[in-house]
Amino acid sequence: MGAQLRVFRRRIKSVQATKKITKAMELIASSRIVKAQQRLEASGPYLQQLTQAISAAASHASDIANHPLVRDPEVRDRAAVLVITADRGLAGAYSANAIREAAGLTRLLNEQGVTVTPYVVGRKGVAWFRFRGVTMGGEYTGFTDQPTYADARRIGDDLLEAFLTPESEGGIDEIHLVYTHFTNMAVQQVRVRRALPLEVVDEVVDSSAGDGLPFPLYEFEPGADLVLDALLPRYIDHAVYTALLMSAASEHAARRRAMKSATDNAEDLIRSLTRQANQARQAEITQEISEIVGGADALASA
Amino acid sequence: MAELNVSIVSAERAIWRGQAKSVVAKTPDGEIGILPGHSPVLALLLDAPLRIETTEGTKVLAAVHGGFFSVDSDTVNVIAETAELAEEIDVVRAKAALDRARSASAEDDPAVAAAKRAETRLAVAVGSR
Repeated sequence: MGAQLRVFRRRIKSVQATKKITKAMELIASSRIVKAQQRLEASGPYLQQLTQAISAAASHASDIANHPLVRDPEVRDRAAVLVITADRGLAGAYSANAIREAAGLTRLLNEQGVTVTPYVVGRKGVAWFRFRGVTMGGEYTGFTDQPTYADARRIGDDLLEAFLTPESEGGIDEIHLVYTHFTNMAVQQVRVRRALPLEVVDEVVDSSAGDGLPFPLYEFEPGADLVLDALLPRYIDHAVYTALLMSAASEHAARRRAMKSATDNAEDLIRSLTRQANQARQAEITQEISEIVGGADALASA
Repeated sequence: MAELNVSIVSAERAIWRGQAKSVVAKTPDGEIGILPGHSPVLALLLDAPLRIETTEGTKVLAAVHGGFFSVDSDTVNVIAETAELAEEIDVVRAKAALDRARSASAEDDPAVAAAKRAETRLAVAVGSR
């Protein structure tokens, strides 16, 4: 076998091996999208009940607009941005898009005179911020493809603590979430959402106007204000949890897409390499024939 | 006889749903028993076993951690951050978690909370046997 042909065959084999890997990753990502979606749906009833209960408690509580988690701060000069990226690469521009959006938001806030502390989820994002020497308020890694509620709770607790710390001790005034919204298999979009201070007041009005029924005359234990104090932080945790789940679904979708095009590219490459290898083999045979014929001719004429 | 429609949901999934004769839960003000026809209540839950007696007469025990429940026109919604039914609890793991949490210092808040959670879980698992 000629040297040229051997080189082609070796490259075909290597591309085939790569294709097997990308194909496997594509299939795994596809099945995980479905799982992430199911978990998103499974958390729906909780959110619904929680929102209802908060609305009910808020309508009975003494002064919802002055609750520390709802009230707009007098001075607004520190913000936290929670960026959700992936732990692992090979997901196309998924992490890059989230980081770009976060950087844009940071610039916007800086222009308004607000200093920004990033809180980062996912190894890719952590590496990006660390490389640029940005101090992070928190780093969370190791769960982006299958986030649990406990993960969300940990992040939520950290954010709340920072939010409730007094201004003079470096507390923050508002919290934004940057996550990738999962619309469907084909469409995912990076979105920014303000998590704190809460915009609960509007929702209270909406839900009571929506179905026209007032809330049942609940008897609150141990009191409407205390119930509200206990429930509002849960709302933050859940917002973080939803953002994590959405981002996980989007991550898998992005990875599936990236791996699908990698597999397609590998197929194209294999096809063109096979053509070239065939051509090389044919050229070799032609050459051998002409050598034999040439040799025979030389012998006959001698 | 009127019955209660009970559903337990946690942040991650729906845990249990069914008809019941009574529900007993623990709130910061003490234990509260819910029978059909109870007036509307919205109460916080402590880390404690939640006891449900179904219409078939069987008992359902669940460990609920951090949440609340609402009662309105014979519908009881239990909403907990995490919740487990008795039969889902891994006793060995819960015991190990309890030992681990107890050996940590008494001033360590997360450890104390973890110990409480593990105790609740064990109480539920043992109570159902």
